[in-house]
Amino acid sequence: MSLTDALDVRAGEDAHLVLRRATVLDPVAGIDAVHDVVVRNGEIAALAAPGEADADGAEVVEAEGLHAFPAFFDPHVHLRTPGQEHKEDVETGTRAAAAGGYCGIIAMANTQPPVSTAADVTALREQARAGASVPVGFLATVTKAMQGSELTEMVELREAGALGFSDDGLPIVDAGVMRRALQYQHLCGGNIALHEEDPRLSRDGAMHEGPVSAALGVAGIPSVSESTMVARDAALAGYEAARIHVQHLSAAESVEAVRAAKAAGVRISAEASPHHLCLTDEAVRGLDPHRAKMNPPLREERDRQALIDGLRDGTVECIATDHAPHQPEEKDVPFEQAAMGVTGLETAFAALHTELVLPGTIDLALLVERLAGGAEPFDLERPSLAPGSEANVVLCDLGAEWTVGEDGYESRSANSWCAGQALTGRVLMTVAAGQVAFRLRSFSLGVAA
Amino acid sequence: MKHLLSIEQLSRAEIEAILDRAESFAEVGRRDIKKVPTLRGRTVVSLFYESSTRTSSSFDLAAKRLSADLVSVKAAGSSVEKGESLKDTIATLSAYDPAAIVIRHPYAGAAQMVANWTSAAVVNAGDGKHEHPSQALLDVYTLRRRLGSLEGVKIWIVGDVLHSRVARSNLIAFARMGAEVTVCGPPTLIPRGIETLGCEVAFTLDGIEEADVVYALRMQKERMSESFVPSLREYAANFQIDTRRLNPRQLLMHPGPVNRGVELSGEAIDSPQSLIAEQVAAGLVVRMAILYELLAGAEQAPSGDGEGSAPTPIGTPA
Repeated sequence: MSLTDALDVRAGEDAHLVLRRATVLDPVAGIDAVHDVVVRNGEIAALAAPGEADADGAEVVEAEGLHAFPAFFDPHVHLRTPGQEHKEDVETGTRAAAAGGYCGIIAMANTQPPVSTAADVTALREQARAGASVPVGFLATVTKAMQGSELTEMVELREAGALGFSDDGLPIVDAGVMRRALQYQHLCGGNIALHEEDPRLSRDGAMHEGPVSAALGVAGIPSVSESTMVARDAALAGYEAARIHVQHLSAAESVEAVRAAKAAGVRISAEASPHHLCLTDEAVRGLDPHRAKMNPPLREERDRQALIDGLRDGTVECIATDHAPHQPEEKDVPFEQAAMGVTGLETAFAALHTELVLPGTIDLALLVERLAGGAEPFDLERPSLAPGSEANVVLCDLGAEWTVGEDGYESRSANSWCAGQALTGRVLMTVAAGQVAFRLRSFSLGVAA
Repeated sequence: MKHLLSIEQLSRAEIEAILDRAESFAEVGRRDIKKVPTLRGRTVVSLFYESSTRTSSSFDLAAKRLSADLVSVKAAGSSVEKGESLKDTIATLSAYDPAAIVIRHPYAGAAQMVANWTSAAVVNAGDGKHEHPSQALLDVYTLRRRLGSLEGVKIWIVGDVLHSRVARSNLIAFARMGAEVTVCGPPTLIPRGIETLGCEVAFTLDGIEEADVVYALRMQKERMSESFVPSLREYAANFQIDTRRLNPRQLLMHPGPVNRGVELSGEAIDSPQSLIAEQVAAGLVVRMAILYELLAGAEQAPSGDGEGSAPTPIGTPA
């Protein structure tokens, strides 16, 4: 299904654009050349020879030297509504997504109260149609109130429009409950996204268990807390011929477990977050709760390398930000007391371009492919620049240098893991589901690039 | 040195400077009038979010011996019980313009955060299971007085290393002063990766006879219910330091308070090899030295009789 068919977004005017002489890169569609990109009637109308497209009343954007990619898709965002609108809501969260180059996001269900009934889903979808800058899909919880004991009314939730299911924020500890959910998936459909953690191994841990936690005296969350649960659920999914998506992989052992499961034919997909791909637990040494406190925790260099290898060989098919907004008073406390999570929508592309592409660790094409890889695991069409596709385009200046937070954030929260960092590469414009969802102000004024 | 937040931040030379200063305060302590005017008119806030006898009383007395005005705040009975955040509490206390804030807090990094929020000098009197630098300094001071130097001295730290800020600060301090440190305890209570701090790891007391100093840690009773050890009885059977396991050449230390009959036998505590009482006495002079170094050390030379000595006591003829 296309994003507009399956997700909800504020209705607006279809863009009519010509991105003149853009360097177009869509590795999945096999496009890597300079074109005039014509956007019309919600579609990529044409990829014309550079300088050749007829403006025909369209807004012409001079894009020489700029890159056009399929816009990104984030399968893991916390919009915090209902219940914690002081941190984020549909409007601010989707504005942040648009500013980060995303044409679609999936919102997690661990709100207050959690999204567990058809009425919850219906209300959220209405909010999205009223105020979402980019299409949003909503997951519902797997278990009632995320208690991990009883399944939600999964069929009715799907009928109300829940894209899939997740108790994200908490694991489903009881293997028997997990198995029932996987069996029931054959009736209700929809992927099940899993926060993999064994709380009996994590206990009161606040960071990765290793030499850094030993030095800091902070209780550790061992890698096996995650990897044993990945292995368990992969085995259950295989046994029930069901389908799972494992969220925010952090440990090398987990990547290996996913790789082995895929090799064995299990229907499993996986995501990794920008902060796990860029940072290690060395970033925790200063005990800064703003940037380095999240669950799963930042792990060691070998884990980071394993995640990168997973991106390369497709074990990890997508990058998901796990955008987790928090207010200052939840972070201005000692590390162990601070709320878990960091924001990421507005910085994902620039951070990964700076940290992984510019040093040559991965190719630009791989980054672009993985940033849009989160749609397919949830039965959505991958954003594409092939003519005739729904218009989901991000225009980037790969040479632009900027400092995170210098102009504030579109998000209501400022707990970015890379706040204050100088990054290279910037999103200038986002077209989502045929509409212009974002323009960097200096770019639209003709100042940038 | 603006703050004392960790042993990790201190060089060997900085540690020695504090210990030398403490020696001079020990001399003051032997006089009839034990008070010096160094911090007259300046305010020291002591803010304890956890219970403490030794650390809080010795910091309080140290501030008074230096003639500072002291404000002592305990979490119990304060606005903390009403839910005031640490940041707001610090803002409130900073309004009194204190020269120093001495803080103990149950979470790692608290003292570091406080240092970012106040212009006062901050002394970490224990942050979670992270560090307890003044304890490490007084322990090094105690050993230096007894042994002259820690160079090449073999020290075994025995017990619940996982939950001990003392273990972490002490092993860093001992190693920095040239000692060879071994941490010893049941594998459930030794943090994974601790060897990267520069120590050996042992899971039994076999080989403890090589130690010049045995430093026992407090074994907390609540660890039993969390299955870190099956019982106090089994812990004591395997790890208790008693006079049978301790040979007469070895020195015994403990940060207090001791669980008699658990980590140490009563006999060992009261043996002549035990430095426990000396550690407590050292706590006062070392904490005076810490406050002095932070508040007076940089700007003003001591007004006493020569380099490295303490200021003239109040009432002593000039």
